[in-house]
Amino acid sequence: MSQKIISIAATNLTKIYARGNEEIISVNNVSFLINKGDFVSIIGPSGSGKTTLINLLGCLDNPTSGELCLGDRPIFGNEKRLSERELTKIRRETFGYIFQNFYLIPTLTVMENVMLPLTFYHKPGTEHEPVKLLKLLGIDHRKDHLPSQISGGEMQRVAIARAMVNMPDILLADEPTGNLDTKRSAEIVHVLQELNKTVGLTVVMVTHNQELARQANRMFEMRDGQISQVE
Amino acid sequence: MITKFQVAYKNLLRKRIRSLLTLIGIALSSWVLVSLLGFNRGYEASLNKDIDNMGFQLMIMAKGCPYEAATLMLKGGTGLRYMKESIMADITKEPEVEKITPILMSAVFDPNKGESGGIAGYFGIESKSFAELKPFLKFRQGGWFTDANAYETVMGFEAAELEQREVGDMILMPEKNVKFKVVGILERTGTQDDGTIFVPLKTLQKVFGKPDDITTIGIKLKKGVDSTRLEEKLYQLPDVQIVSLEQVKQTIMKLISTAKVMVLSIAIIAIMIAMVGVVNTILTSVWERFQEIGILKTIGAMPWDIFKLIWIETLILCTAGGILGVILALILSGVTDMAMRSVLPYAPGGGLVLIDLKLVLVTLVGIICIGLLSGIYPAWKAGRIRPLEAIRGEAGR
Repeated sequence: MSQKIISIAATNLTKIYARGNEEIISVNNVSFLINKGDFVSIIGPSGSGKTTLINLLGCLDNPTSGELCLGDRPIFGNEKRLSERELTKIRRETFGYIFQNFYLIPTLTVMENVMLPLTFYHKPGTEHEPVKLLKLLGIDHRKDHLPSQISGGEMQRVAIARAMVNMPDILLADEPTGNLDTKRSAEIVHVLQELNKTVGLTVVMVTHNQELARQANRMFEMRDGQISQVE
Repeated sequence: MITKFQVAYKNLLRKRIRSLLTLIGIALSSWVLVSLLGFNRGYEASLNKDIDNMGFQLMIMAKGCPYEAATLMLKGGTGLRYMKESIMADITKEPEVEKITPILMSAVFDPNKGESGGIAGYFGIESKSFAELKPFLKFRQGGWFTDANAYETVMGFEAAELEQREVGDMILMPEKNVKFKVVGILERTGTQDDGTIFVPLKTLQKVFGKPDDITTIGIKLKKGVDSTRLEEKLYQLPDVQIVSLEQVKQTIMKLISTAKVMVLSIAIIAIMIAMVGVVNTILTSVWERFQEIGILKTIGAMPWDIFKLIWIETLILCTAGGILGVILALILSGVTDMAMRSVLPYAPGGGLVLIDLKLVLVTLVGIICIGLLSGIYPAWKAGRIRPLEAIRGEAGR
């Protein structure tokens, strides 16, 4: 039996926010393993802590306590807080992100948006990725269009291409279908599934939609900051 | 690959009107700065040229106010004082003196000059010695007087244009009702000679009833001599005063320095206003793109990358504005010249605004440096944006 390679290991991960004098435990003592090549969906009601969890996994925020390892590399632990610069370094080497609101730069064309991450950092061998990805995602005919000239589904495909251009190990998707209709939502999840299968990409997707969540090969259900159920 | 410059440039196009207005602000301040610095240089250069083109370094005049004497010599005027022509013999003997020339300045009221009349200045000169002191004078038409007692005139370029006279025409001296035949018209010199009407000294003395009187003696010194001893010696002559043209220049420069400080202050204020505009524009643009900047950090931009991106936007605005301002200053230098002349108590001939490559480069570098300084704060603020706060839209603005 082949041994699975661990992609993300979270141990007792906790995030507490202060709101005035009140403390809000957004993520409460969560532990889990995500293996390389997993497609994990995180579902749960609003305020259950799923976005906070994905932000912690994606090094967008420091946890209050707990440990996080990416592969065999310890990131958070022993109360160690990383600077914004250190977090950025980890993020750009490891993660691709997509969001509900796409966040494309409106003044740049589709191709320029996809190439944008390479302006700041590029792994060797990523030079031809933008063209390859646009073809793979079926939007190469839109490469010279501005974001305002394409549909929501196409915008999310552009966002996926942008997230993938630096060949990340892990793709984090926070409500990627939140602004799309049922048909386009299914298409986007299908694209994520294809990337997971063909490239072996680890995908972590936060969603409200049970049906879409079931498309993943593992599903975490969050409630009150804790993972209540793992399928 | 898309460069940071392309990203910054395209972002400025997002709010075209706002970027354009900021650019115009910088262009105007750059225009004012180049024009005023050009004026500072041009005024001094023209004054030097005017004084050098007088052909002599010292003037002897009948005792009176030296400033009035200098102004009379440069601009013409009334209230003249006279000295005897015989004084010249003593001056010629001095070892420092190379050449001298006598001048009788006269002024008459010309009712046809301007809307309500004006003063017309006539210079009585000895053409031979005068031409020796001013070898650069060239004739457009004709030449010097045929005789020392002739009723002939040589007109400066502008005087001839104004009076619409050609060689062979006659002109009438107002008040005295004496006619002179135009025998020569000078080429443009860019000095006060352009507006002057020259007549033979003897003739003018006769017309004004001052047979042995002159108002001025121009002295050209031998090369490299120190004029101090000569000035002291000449002061011993009765009822005369010595005007060194170097002193005249310094006096005029002092008079003009107040105006220069004022216009320079205006230029600095204009630049400061433009730079506040730059800070405002860039800062507003940073706040508007708060989420976008956060996303840029999410996709791999370091704080320094964001800083550079915002700084490049400032650089583009300031460089484009600076260049536009310089072009405006070059195109409108004639207008600036006219505006300056209208407010200055004395303006030399020739161009008052002198803009050269060095001045253009210094101004551009200055504008860009000040612009980059203005960009530091917005760029620093943008570099500090945390991606998580930006995505949530909850930054502590």
